[in-house]
Amino acid sequence: MDGAAADGFDPASGPHQPVFVIEGVSKLYRTGEVEVRALNGVDAVLYEGELTVLLGPSGSGKSTLLNILGGLDKPSEGTVRFRGRELSAFSERQLTLYRRDHVGFVFQFYNLIPSLTALENVALVTEIARRPMKPEEALERVGLAPRMDHFPAQLSGGEQQRVAIARAIAKRPEVLLCDEPTGALDSQTGIRVLEALSAINAELATATAIITHNAAIQAIAHRVFTFADGRISEMRENESRVSPSEISW
Amino acid sequence: MTALDRKVLRDLGRLWAQALAVALVLASGVATLVLAMGAYRSLDETREAYYERYRFGHVFAHATRAPDSLIVRIAAIEGVAAVEGRVVESVLLDVPGLEAPATAIAVSLPDHGEPSVNRLYLRTGRLPEPGRPDEVAVNENFATENRLSPGSAISALMDGVKRTLTITGTVLSPEYVYALGPGSLVPDNRHFGILFMSRRALGSVFDMEGAFDDLSLRLLRGADEQSVIAALDLLLAPYGGTGAYGRKDQLSHAFLDGELTQLLAMARIIPPIFLLVSAYLINMILSRLIALEREQVGLLKALGYSGLQIGVHYLKLVVVIACVGVVVGFAAGTWLGAGLTRLYGEFYSFPFLIFQWSVGTYLAAGAVGIAAAVVGALRAVHGAVALPPAIAMRPPAPPVFHHISFDVFGRLGLFSQLTVMALRHLWRWPLRAALSALGTSLAVSLLVVALFSFDSVEFMVDMLFFQSDRQDATISFAHARPPAVREAVLQLPGVMAAEPFQAVPVLLRHGHRERRLAITGKPMATDLSRVLDLDLQPVVLPETGLVLSERVAAILDVQRGDLVEVELLEGHRRSVRVPVAEVIQSYLGLMVFMNLEALWKLTGEGPRVSGMHVAIDEAKLSALYAAVKETPVVGSVALLDATRLKFRETIEQNMLVMTTVYVVLSVIIAFGVVYNSARIQLSERARELAGLRVLGFTRWEVSRVLLVELAIVTVLAQPLGWALGYGFAYAVIAGFESDLYRVPFVVERDTFAVASLVVMAAATASALLVRRRVDTLDLIRVLKTRD
Repeated sequence: MDGAAADGFDPASGPHQPVFVIEGVSKLYRTGEVEVRALNGVDAVLYEGELTVLLGPSGSGKSTLLNILGGLDKPSEGTVRFRGRELSAFSERQLTLYRRDHVGFVFQFYNLIPSLTALENVALVTEIARRPMKPEEALERVGLAPRMDHFPAQLSGGEQQRVAIARAIAKRPEVLLCDEPTGALDSQTGIRVLEALSAINAELATATAIITHNAAIQAIAHRVFTFADGRISEMRENESRVSPSEISW
Repeated sequence: MTALDRKVLRDLGRLWAQALAVALVLASGVATLVLAMGAYRSLDETREAYYERYRFGHVFAHATRAPDSLIVRIAAIEGVAAVEGRVVESVLLDVPGLEAPATAIAVSLPDHGEPSVNRLYLRTGRLPEPGRPDEVAVNENFATENRLSPGSAISALMDGVKRTLTITGTVLSPEYVYALGPGSLVPDNRHFGILFMSRRALGSVFDMEGAFDDLSLRLLRGADEQSVIAALDLLLAPYGGTGAYGRKDQLSHAFLDGELTQLLAMARIIPPIFLLVSAYLINMILSRLIALEREQVGLLKALGYSGLQIGVHYLKLVVVIACVGVVVGFAAGTWLGAGLTRLYGEFYSFPFLIFQWSVGTYLAAGAVGIAAAVVGALRAVHGAVALPPAIAMRPPAPPVFHHISFDVFGRLGLFSQLTVMALRHLWRWPLRAALSALGTSLAVSLLVVALFSFDSVEFMVDMLFFQSDRQDATISFAHARPPAVREAVLQLPGVMAAEPFQAVPVLLRHGHRERRLAITGKPMATDLSRVLDLDLQPVVLPETGLVLSERVAAILDVQRGDLVEVELLEGHRRSVRVPVAEVIQSYLGLMVFMNLEALWKLTGEGPRVSGMHVAIDEAKLSALYAAVKETPVVGSVALLDATRLKFRETIEQNMLVMTTVYVVLSVIIAFGVVYNSARIQLSERARELAGLRVLGFTRWEVSRVLLVELAIVTVLAQPLGWALGYGFAYAVIAGFESDLYRVPFVVERDTFAVASLVVMAAATASALLVRRRVDTLDLIRVLKTRD
């Protein structure tokens, strides 16, 4: 996998700066007497405007890496630099501000606040972000403007996930981290969600990383990282990306 | 141990902080029950034992002068077990180191052997020698307060003759457990004492040789008190008998009874509050636990456990918590109860204390405590029992929220989304919010109950001493005097004003209801000692007829205009029908007033006064005291200033102890309720709050969602707590009301404010404790698992 950083990402689409530079990152978890090495010396570079898919079986380390990139967790060894600043050295307070200003998260189980409407769930973020878009605009982008006054319990799974995406992008994040965003959805709904993610990646030039078990999804990525045993076992650039509407599973 | 029982233990280990909070609240309820019942039974048992061992009389009577030969005839009355004829007279004392005169009751002791009724407990020294006119034993409290011991000398004015008496010993008497001097409201042991003297010596001083003026009887078991009293009255009538009475009208006994009534009132009002809160907390915790364990419940059912087995499993958890609470409650209640009983022992004169902790009290308190916990658990347990396994294995449907009216504010941007979250959450579970508020409000109410008594006492002191009895002192004469004595009293140094009064013992009768009382005659308009109604307005005594306090009117079942039969118990002993001119509401129990001149007409003995209320020039106090100590006609002097101080001191000392206990208990409730609400909220919303942290909200911002909700509930609880506290306080006052007095019901605004501040402080402390847990939310784990 050496050389991935040097290869960069399709320079043809314009001058792209690295967003994350990951060097020698390992993560050890200790539960009782058992020591688990979730990541074992990972190196990678992620670029502005790039859509990356992280593939691999359960326990291969992709979620651990995503959590470290999102400032939810810290590496045991190695460094992660976000636009040149060393993330692994951030204090708790700095990590909070980092998440608030730069990162958008999308989870498998949406994690919407049930007591807030779709619009309010998005406003939750725009109220504290530095240069947000209007919540209505974010919902517009995921095609949910007509249902913005509905509570989560009144929305379908796909709609809830699209609200979660709207919430993630409303702050105009530099990074969008998605952990199994289609995992709880049927294929048709999943494709709509991927369309939304893909569109935002293209329009806002957000570095987007999508974790999935679903191999079909890799076709929409600029690059695909395959994980095994805490390492990146393979990195592949897609010569020809397809749009989400063209894939199926 | 079965696997399910292990689960009970592990659950307890996990929930220990919340379980402890519940156990402590429950313990408080059990403790107050054990405390009140234990102190009640101990005091009751101590009194009974004291009365029995020292042969306290059952029937009491006074006469002017009855021959000793009458004793044999009295002893022959059916049902009489023992008779003691005595000489009992009031004397004025000059005690070394005490500037003001002290008043004492001198009681004769038989010259041979112990008294057959009302025996003495000798604390120090010895009893006076028969026939020695210069030897006395005094009650222990009087000796202690005035630093007198065997060998000390005091000077006494007895029937106009000044004598020096030597103290031979200190004693306790079952007759004077609560030693109340004439004109006093609480015992003032410094200015009032009991002297015990040889019968022969006291008889010769008061010209009572071969005669008695006071009588105590003991009755045989099963004797009819009323018929003995009737027979006794007949025998004593020719000798100036003023009507015999039973224990319930004996002053010391009546006050002790009042105290016991108050303890029972406490046992009825306070513990239920705690038990209610415990039941609510158990319900709250268990509902949450079972909601979190839906899948486990489903699994257990899938494995073949019956609904009953699962129900019993959760009940075991509750019973273990309740048992901890009960045991802690037993220990605290026993300890506090012993302390309270000892306090009573010091205040009242008991020679010994019997701590009566009956198994029954513990069994009852324990059963009530556990029952409260189980009742609280029933709803939640029923929920677990009723869950079908298939549904239990699926996560519950997400709660449905609705737009509410204050969403308008959200739209206008007045509330942040975080506040809207808190508000909607409250709105979504209004019952739970209401119950939390109710729990917290009970803590507020308990504090109001604890603190309002200070307000009432303040009011009572003002009412009694600054509005009603405004005299500086009350001088009672040894024997009734003609009204002209007022001129002589005014001649005493420092006396600026004097108002006469006359007290006449009577039996009031209306139909089959009767009551032995004294009519107090006063001039029509008085300035020093005034008759006031509940609005503190002076009552002008009408030219004819009786003015009764409400309590007397209720006892006799009479209204204004009804005729009451007044049987005079002194002098002519005739019966006259007198109309009720007025019924007044008053704080002092059994009061009957009459215009002084009308009273003179009623008695038919011409103008007489029993004493004078006087206003004194403070600068000449010493001269007045010195003069009074030398004035033969004076039977007793009650100094209002000393009474006032003593009254405050006594009541406030008692209240301080109880208030401290209540404040601690209220803080426990407030802490328990808020801590549990916060913990449950945290566990229910961990995912939501962790989500907020992931979105970039700081710990404080995330905590705010929780704290805003708790703050709203706590604030809402305040007015409810005030209202409940007002109600409970009223119930306490009603429970304390006795024939002797009624405590005014006054709750100042400060009391509400202090109660709220204490509860809010406790709530804040517990909320902040839970807030710290927000810091330790595991963001990754929480987001990975599904609710």
